[in-house]
Amino acid sequence: MKTLKFAALVAAGLMAAAPALADLVVPNLSYRTGPYGANGTQYADGFNDYFTLLNERDGGIGGEKVQVPECETAYNTEKGVECYESTKGSGALVYNPLSTGITYQLIPKVGVDKIPLYTPGYGRTSAKNGKVFEWVFNAPTNYWDAASVAVKHFLDLNNGSLEGKKIALVYHNSAFGKEPIRTLQELSAKHGFTLTELPIEPPGQEQKSQWLQIRRDKPDYVIMWGWGVMNQAAIQEAANIRFPMENFVGVYWSGSEIDVTPVGAGANGYKALTFHGVGMDYPIYDDLKTHVIDPGKASQGGEHVGSVLYSRGMYAAVVISEAIRKAQEIHGTSAITAVQLRDGFEALEISDARLEELGLPDFGPAFTITCDNHGGNGMARIQQWDAEGKTWSLITEFTEPDAEVLDPLILEDSEAYAKEAAITPRDCAS
Amino acid sequence: MLYREAGDFKTGYRSDGQTFPIRLDRWGYYALVAVAFLVVPFLINDYWANAVLVPFLIYAIAALGLNILTGYAGQVSLGTGGFMAVGAYAVYKLMTAFPDVSIVIHILLAGGITAIVGMLFGLPSLRIKGFYLAVATLAAQFFLVWLFNKVPWFYNYSASGQITAPERTVLGMAVTGPATSAPAKYLICLCFAFVLAWIARNLTRGMLGRKWMAIRDMDIAAEIIGVNPLTAKLSAFAVSSFFVGIAGALLFSVYLGAAEVGEAFGINKSFLILFMIIIGGLGSIFGSFAGAAFMVLLPVLLKNVLVGGLGWPTDLAAHIELMIVGVLIIAFLIVEPHGLARLWALAKEKLRLWPFPH
Repeated sequence: MKTLKFAALVAAGLMAAAPALADLVVPNLSYRTGPYGANGTQYADGFNDYFTLLNERDGGIGGEKVQVPECETAYNTEKGVECYESTKGSGALVYNPLSTGITYQLIPKVGVDKIPLYTPGYGRTSAKNGKVFEWVFNAPTNYWDAASVAVKHFLDLNNGSLEGKKIALVYHNSAFGKEPIRTLQELSAKHGFTLTELPIEPPGQEQKSQWLQIRRDKPDYVIMWGWGVMNQAAIQEAANIRFPMENFVGVYWSGSEIDVTPVGAGANGYKALTFHGVGMDYPIYDDLKTHVIDPGKASQGGEHVGSVLYSRGMYAAVVISEAIRKAQEIHGTSAITAVQLRDGFEALEISDARLEELGLPDFGPAFTITCDNHGGNGMARIQQWDAEGKTWSLITEFTEPDAEVLDPLILEDSEAYAKEAAITPRDCAS
Repeated sequence: MLYREAGDFKTGYRSDGQTFPIRLDRWGYYALVAVAFLVVPFLINDYWANAVLVPFLIYAIAALGLNILTGYAGQVSLGTGGFMAVGAYAVYKLMTAFPDVSIVIHILLAGGITAIVGMLFGLPSLRIKGFYLAVATLAAQFFLVWLFNKVPWFYNYSASGQITAPERTVLGMAVTGPATSAPAKYLICLCFAFVLAWIARNLTRGMLGRKWMAIRDMDIAAEIIGVNPLTAKLSAFAVSSFFVGIAGALLFSVYLGAAEVGEAFGINKSFLILFMIIIGGLGSIFGSFAGAAFMVLLPVLLKNVLVGGLGWPTDLAAHIELMIVGVLIIAFLIVEPHGLARLWALAKEKLRLWPFPH
């Protein structure tokens, strides 16, 4: 009898607990543990808090409350798949796993399960081609845009010519870090700079030898594709070899407060790419304070509010909620399904006026998603760290990437995927 | 009551030497196999397949493989993750190069390729043993992961270095790729696990297995009585790597569908599988399954109880889960250093004598 009871308990435990089906369900595949946990935590908080704000202030989206069940992935693909499987039955509308590895794993699955996958600034770049990747959205920007905008920034600094310059790429040796290599190779051919690729084994604390090489080669610029503990280690190493910080540019994911603060004054002048505004000078933070933080409903007590990654998590939630609104409008129902949400994404338009209405004026680039373009216009800005004031400041306007180089690459990669996965690209004209 | 042996007589060597000499065990085994093949496929859904049963079966195969090498032949190996990567990349290259050949053949070939690689890295075992061999196999682990990351030929020059399994079918049913149904995934893994466990059991109780165990227990004595250490050790490496390679091939193609070598087949995987056989029981087929179940199912169970049932924050639950699994491993090893298999055997002994212990 006892064993029977125990067996029943075990079976019950293994079954995933299903939340109520009535609400809009937006799972948060977050990670708050492991070598990437410090960064993942802030993002997850911003993501949760924006939906809490919508629930508290507006009663949800179109009258439907939003549920954000969390599942810990530890940035591990196997756990990510487990999280996906355990939450997809609960009526999940969209996934945002904040991991390129998990994204690659989920891309084929979401196509079969018909659930949109939203990967702002990360994931598979060629998913921009909506004809092949029907269910994946990576607006407003992606990795190849980032590489191109970084190179454009160097061009601006050098009166439009990088002839004979040396650029080193320090990257996380994983799918995430390898993404920009093709683009940078093309760009080096176009602009005549030499590119050195320096892989760093995940999670990335060990990078002494790569920085010794940088010290010897003396590249003019270093681009970093890092995440988690790798960022702090790299910025510390760069400071140790006295590499000029203003010539050191990180990708979107290498530019948060926790990456630079451990290095102290040595990190002053470090630059990173971003696709949204920084700081708390936006009206939305007043609403967040009134409805979420002061009543004590903020995720983790609101200790990270206003940080770069918090803003980014919030921004992802903003885009998702706008897509939900659009889908509700198109289909004339508030209780939308995942398939209907995809239509919402494909008709999404975020204009400057709309951002202003949302309390986020000039926070992100204005962009539209269409059937064949799931990636928006790819615009990004550069932010720079002021170690004294402990603040990031935006030093460029939103810059468009070099479409001349990127478009053929995206077409080539997405067509290779279509061939591999036996997908016939959709016709978007009709 | 349960394990009554009255009337369970053996009249020949054959019946005395069978795998399950007790009738009740045998029936239990038949019943389990029947349920696994005939009942579960009709009940299984995506969650049970992808989060629970498929990883359990695949890790059980890997644990069987490592158990042959470490448990039966006494050669410590920390290269399991690397050998799984060989299986995964072999099956990927075969799948994409010969799309018309059945995936079952590809998986077996991947096992064969891994066996060759395993034998190559097993060569040092002829000169060194114990800790020193562990370090030599650790080198295999790092070398193989580095190789698959470094040489673009292995991942077909894809931009991200990831490998993705295309759709392949068995008897008209998709078993790899995103459209695979839960029963198909489960059944292909179950078939491999069943056949491989059966092979392992019969190898280990035959001449080859006795040679392995002789080498494990005392290699010099084994050599004196005529066991050739060269063939015994290398055959252990070959068979073990064959199993591990198949596990790697299944892990990539059926379970994950896409993999990145550093993450999916890193050093953590080697440790995980080593823990499985230590907890399950060294030198035991049942132990390989029990250990895999313990290491795969317990974290999922704890997660569902702590987060799904009790509503704890996910990070707290993840940390507590690590602590609970760690404490349980230590507790198990203190209470029963020979693992779950030995606990099960003891429980059986007790039940057979019940209600009249000595």
